[in-house]
Parts: sequence; structure tokens; C-alpha cells
Amino acid sequence: MAVVHRSVLPIRSQEDIVRVRKATRESAVVQGFSLVEQTKIVTAASEIARNTLDYGGGGEVEVTLFSEPPRRGVRLVFSDKGPGIADIEQALKDGFTSGSGLGLGLSGAKRLSNEFSLQSKVGEGTQVTIARWR
Amino acid sequence: MPSAAGQTLRKVLAQSQKELLGDWLQGQLAASTLRSDLMKENELREQSRELLALLQTATQNGSLERIDGTDWTAVREFLARVSRSRAQQGFSSSDTATFVFSLKEPLFARLRADLGNDAQALADELWATGYLLDRLGLYTTEMYVKGREEVISRQQREMMELSTPVVQLWENILALPLIGTLDSERTQVVMESLLQKIVETGASIAIIDITGVPTVDTLVAQHLLKTVAAARLMGADCIISGIRPQIAQTIVHLGVNLSDVTTKASLADAFSIALKRTDANLSRYSGAAT
Amino acid sequence: MEKIPILKMGRFLLVTIQVDMHDQLAMQLQEDLTDRIVAVRARGVLIDISSLEVVDSFIGRMISNIAAMARVLDAETVVVGIQPAVAITLVELGLSLEGVRTALNVDRGMAMLQQQLAAEQG
Repeated sequence: MAVVHRSVLPIRSQEDIVRVRKATRESAVVQGFSLVEQTKIVTAASEIARNTLDYGGGGEVEVTLFSEPPRRGVRLVFSDKGPGIADIEQALKDGFTSGSGLGLGLSGAKRLSNEFSLQSKVGEGTQVTIARWR
Repeated sequence: MPSAAGQTLRKVLAQSQKELLGDWLQGQLAASTLRSDLMKENELREQSRELLALLQTATQNGSLERIDGTDWTAVREFLARVSRSRAQQGFSSSDTATFVFSLKEPLFARLRADLGNDAQALADELWATGYLLDRLGLYTTEMYVKGREEVISRQQREMMELSTPVVQLWENILALPLIGTLDSERTQVVMESLLQKIVETGASIAIIDITGVPTVDTLVAQHLLKTVAAARLMGADCIISGIRPQIAQTIVHLGVNLSDVTTKASLADAFSIALKRTDANLSRYSGAAT
Repeated sequence: MEKIPILKMGRFLLVTIQVDMHDQLAMQLQEDLTDRIVAVRARGVLIDISSLEVVDSFIGRMISNIAAMARVLDAETVVVGIQPAVAITLVELGLSLEGVRTALNVDRGMAMLQQQLAAEQG
């Protein structure tokens, strides 16, 4: 896998979520995503960024533009040092929420991504990786 | 040693280019592999001349063992261009590689004439030259394959577009007659082009006719349902028509829920219900047509 | 603080969302809109999101909430102008905006509301 570009953005406020959306959109455009593909990864990024802020108490996201011919894509790694997720399987179910949302955040983001992984340790934090390619 | 090998090649390329070109062209034109049906003689002459000139420049400074350096950029670009255009013109991959390999004969003849008495030097020179031309020939084949891939993916795209015609049946009514097997990717393209057309035409009803679709699997059925749901979000209703008996059975067996979707037996039935729903003013429309 | 403007057109309210909203702005809109519905006794709300390039579950929920609250206040909500890419993404996300009426554009949405009003007034 060849990394074309890598950057890190903080997720500390609601404005940061908007910035993450913007950065994801720009990355997807650079990688030549169609409008639908752009919208999917941006939406997924927005969901996870909000989780990072609301449940993880803030954190950061690493945005990577990669190229592994014939694929070109965008990978986002969200990490926080929040309370972590005790039951990952349950958290990935549609409709599961510990907050006030619809509970579509994680499961929805997973459906919108080509690659999705979640690592979490209670008391240490959570790391969510999503990627989409064309 | 490596610096010595190639000296004669460089000399021959620099000093006898004209003669070399003559011999090479003669060989190519006489060869049984010549495709005069696909390419004119003067085009072949021009390409041969250009390659020789580029080879001369590249060999002056560049290594003969590696062709991936910057000295060889111009040669590589030229070969890539030739291979791609030949791929598109319909040459086979061996026809295309032969263009480079056929240079061996006249080139070897020149080298032999130059080094006739020195067997050791001739062997070295032939090895270096042969190795170089093999590399260039392989590169040509690689580029040819790339060119073919481009042709294939372009045709795929064209077929994809051809096979998803969204037509306007009436004011506010679109139809999408689907024909052939639907795979996941094609269904996705269909979905996007239908939704795009809804925006462009401002249609409020879209009829998806699947009379020409032989089978539907779970994934395709789900894609169809997603299309209907997405259209609804945009403010348009979908009607699915032409569901064959086998497909109806499959849909039920697969547990796909179509109860929220209007389905009609034929495109005609779907059209008639669409006209009613859009409150189409038939007299005005037919009046406008005359 | 920035706010999303709410226009009054007869008995209807029109909101055109043109910025990429952060969550607070979305919550603010929800509050402003319900206040205005009561203040002007609006019978319908049109939310034009044709400029929105992303609708995630938060904004989706906000829209559903507005529609539900408006209904309690006797006003019908129509969301207009959802872009194809956004619609596809919403479906994939699992969000169908249950209970929210949609229309292609403001004109259609307006006609929808007027029809409904006319039917009620018989």
C-alpha cells in the first residue's frame, strides 16, 4: 500500500466535526471518487467523528490517502481515550444507542464503508478505522 | 566490461541510422506479420524513424541494462503511445511486440559488420543489444495489455450506459426498462442514473420494468428496494412492473418485502396507474403533439 | 450566533439550509422553527435541503423531529430537494425519514401543502 498523503485533525468540538467532513470530502475528490462515493465516506466520517466527540470525550482522526493499484482510497482512523465500549457486538447493532441518537452511527458507518474495524478497551479508549476506495 | 559492451551499438545508432532504418523497414514490410490492413506504410516508417532517433538519444547517456531510468523516459513514453494506439487499432500483442523485436535483425547485422573479426566483442555487444531489445519488447507488451484494459473498461462503461436507458414516457413519468442479468454493480449504476434523471426532469413517478430480467437474487432485490426508497426520499414514487412468476416466487422465498412498493403486471398497467396519479391532462398533451 | 433564516410565505414557513450545519446549529433551528410555527400559526413547513451535500443520522433525526413536532402543532412538514447521492447514502445508512413527506423541489412541496390545506378546508 502506498500512502499518498497523511494528515491528522483534532476532534474537540462540533465545528471540528464539520472540518472532518470537509477534509474527508476533499480527500475523496482528490482520489477521484464519484459523487455518491464521496457522500458515503463523508457521511460515515461524520457519524464516527460525532461518536468520538460525544462518547469518547474527543480525540483525533488520521486521514490517509492511499493507492494500491487498481484501487485508490481514503482511510480514516478515529481514536479517543474515552471510556471505551464494553460490548462491541451490541454497539454494532442497528438501533443500539447509549446516548440520544438513533443508534445508526456505527452500524450505518460500517455499511457505508468498504472496510471497517473497531478496537476498544474499557477504560482506555476506542479506535475506529473506516476506508472506502474506488 | 559493461561499459565496453554497447559502444558499437551506440556508434551504429549514431552513425548508420539511415541505413538501419532502411533495412529495418524493408524487413518489416516483407514480414508475414505485416498488418497493412491496419496501418499505412508511411505511418510505420514514421514510427520506426522516431524510435531509432529516441534510441540513439537514450543510449548516448543511459544504461543499456535498465530502461526504467530518466534517460529512457522518452523511449518508454513513445512505446506506450504506440502500443496503446495499436491495441486500439486491433493489432495482436505479438504483432505489437514484433515491431520492437524486428529491429534485432538489422541491428545485429550492422554489429556483425562492424565487429566481424572480434568474436568476443561481438558476443558481448549482441548480448547487450539483445537484452535491451527484449526489455523494450516486454515493456511494449505490458503497455499493450494496459491499452487493451482501457478498451475493455471503456466498453464496459459504454455497455453499462447503453443498458440503462431512462426514458421519459410522459410529463412527470419516467420509465426504466431493464434488460438482461442484473448484477450488483449494474444495479447501482441503474439506480444512480434513474435518480439523476428524476432530478433533471422533475418526474414524480418512475416505472422500473423488469420484464427483461431473467432472475433476481437477494442482492439485486435489495438494490431495487433501495432505489425505491431513495427515490421516495427525493419525492418521487416508483412502480415496479413486469415481475415474472418465477421472480415473484424467488422474491417471496428470499423473504424480500415488497409490500411497500407498488407492483404491476405489465408496463402498460403501470403506465396507466402513473397517468392517473399524476393527473395527466391527456387532451392537452395530445393536442401539443400535433 | 449564526442562525438559519426562516421565511414566512402566507400560511407556510420556508427554511433553506445552505451551510454544512454543525449539531448546535441544527438544534437551534429545531427550536426556532417550533417557536415560529406557533407565533405565526403556520400550517406548513418547507425545508429545502437541496444545497446540503451530507445528511448524517444526526441531521436526519433533527429533520424527523421537526416534522413530528410540527405535526403536533398542526403544521405539515415537507422536505424538498434531497440530492440523489444524499438519498442513496441515507438509504444505505438505514435512515428512511419515516413520517416525513418529501418533494422534488420547493414548487412541488408548496403545491403539496396547498393541496392539503385546501382539502382540509373542503
